[in-house]
Amino acid sequence: MIRIEKVEKSFGKLNILKGIDVEFKAGQVVSVIGHNGSGKTTLIKCILGMVVADKGNIYVDEKNIAGDFRYRENIGYMPQIGHYPENMKIGQIFRMMKDLRKNAVSLDESLMEEYKLSELFEKPMHALSGGTTQKVSASLAFLFNPKVLILDEPTAGLDPLASEILKAKIIEAKSKGKLVIITSHIMSEVEEMADTVMYLYEGKVNFYNSVTELKKQTGEEKVGKAIAKIMKESAHV
Amino acid sequence: MFKIAKYVMYDILRSKVLIAYSLFLLLVSFSLFSMEENSSKSLISLMSVVMIIVPLVSIIFSTTYFYNAYQFIELLVAQPISRSSILLGEFLGVSVSLLTALLIGVGIPVLIYAPDSTGLVLMISGFALTLSFISLAFFSSVAMRDKAKGIGMSLMLWFYFSVIYDGLVLGILFSFNEYPLEKAVIALASFNPIDLGRIIILMKMDISALMGLTGAVYKQFFGSSFGIIYSLSIMLMWIIFPLLIALRIFRKKNL
Repeated sequence: MIRIEKVEKSFGKLNILKGIDVEFKAGQVVSVIGHNGSGKTTLIKCILGMVVADKGNIYVDEKNIAGDFRYRENIGYMPQIGHYPENMKIGQIFRMMKDLRKNAVSLDESLMEEYKLSELFEKPMHALSGGTTQKVSASLAFLFNPKVLILDEPTAGLDPLASEILKAKIIEAKSKGKLVIITSHIMSEVEEMADTVMYLYEGKVNFYNSVTELKKQTGEEKVGKAIAKIMKESAHV
Repeated sequence: MFKIAKYVMYDILRSKVLIAYSLFLLLVSFSLFSMEENSSKSLISLMSVVMIIVPLVSIIFSTTYFYNAYQFIELLVAQPISRSSILLGEFLGVSVSLLTALLIGVGIPVLIYAPDSTGLVLMISGFALTLSFISLAFFSSVAMRDKAKGIGMSLMLWFYFSVIYDGLVLGILFSFNEYPLEKAVIALASFNPIDLGRIIILMKMDISALMGLTGAVYKQFFGSSFGIIYSLSIMLMWIIFPLLIALRIFRKKNL
């Protein structure tokens, strides 16, 4: 579904991505982990075309994304920190997004309903708490029923109830055969949702395998401990 | 692209800066027209105001708007919309808004007091100047990541075109006044949209005799039909060129 080939990206002298080679398939829930500044968000932004890679290619559905924009119809993106036009109201944002994507085949407003956002439709974006903004971001990511979901630290800032709703939604998306890419620092969530773990270390893929394989390799029962072990090993090398 | 322009206009209309701008222009135009009996005298005064205020407001307003719309742009780039249509949509929205303000603020008084071809030429060069300074504003906002730097660059551009450039031209004319400079003078005017706009209006007003030899040269060139086509196409270049560069940068920009 998404194939990343030898992608490199640097900002000035800072090499963020140093050759990423990886392939994500439909039906996978991939958890991208790595310490702060390891290039997780940059990699995600490269897939979305928000950041243009210096070298290498990214294919979505076997099509090179360079210079293309239509492929983004199949991607729902929830940013780490959502930035929205401040003087617009929640309702206006949703109406605008639907208006801008009139050709969308089917809409999925279930998340919006579960978060009861329609009651807040008249609230301006600048008056929202961080958590409510995250709810808006999550609902927008799922709104157009995309085949690929890219969620950048989705549960950070959400209250327990809201994050449970989102987790259920992610598991539902997986059962529908969608590809979900999540970055998260919360290991219990990785355990709950992800079936594959990708560990980025200093701009390279240090580990990319299924959760069961990860547990087997490290001999640990818990994903958190297994990942901690891998992190320690890579730091020694 | 048109949908984006629609939302941009919707956003601008609520900011009230634009309404203040239209009212200010309206006030200036009406007071200038009512102060003078002769409408062509008022047109000259109005021209001087338009040549200073319109580029300044256009470039500063567009630059600040662009940075404030950064979140909107960020939201759009993750959608299936091409970068070009995002930038052009923004440009179209800002342009239509500012042109409407100019049409209300200057267009209505001109239509009432001086509904002749000179008034029309004033409006046309006002429109062209608005567009070219929005275009320059987009260039500086796309080129600079930092808001303060972007606004600074826009201010510098305005200052350069409305003050420094004329000083430079004057300096050149003084230091080379032994040589025939007719062609050079025309070429020099082409490199500044404000000068170009001013010359087009002055030619129309038939007061070029007041400007001495240079005026005669201008009259001969810019008064001819070839000259009019030439000056309009150069004006068009001043609108298209900065926007094209902005588009090139924006397509590869990391957001």
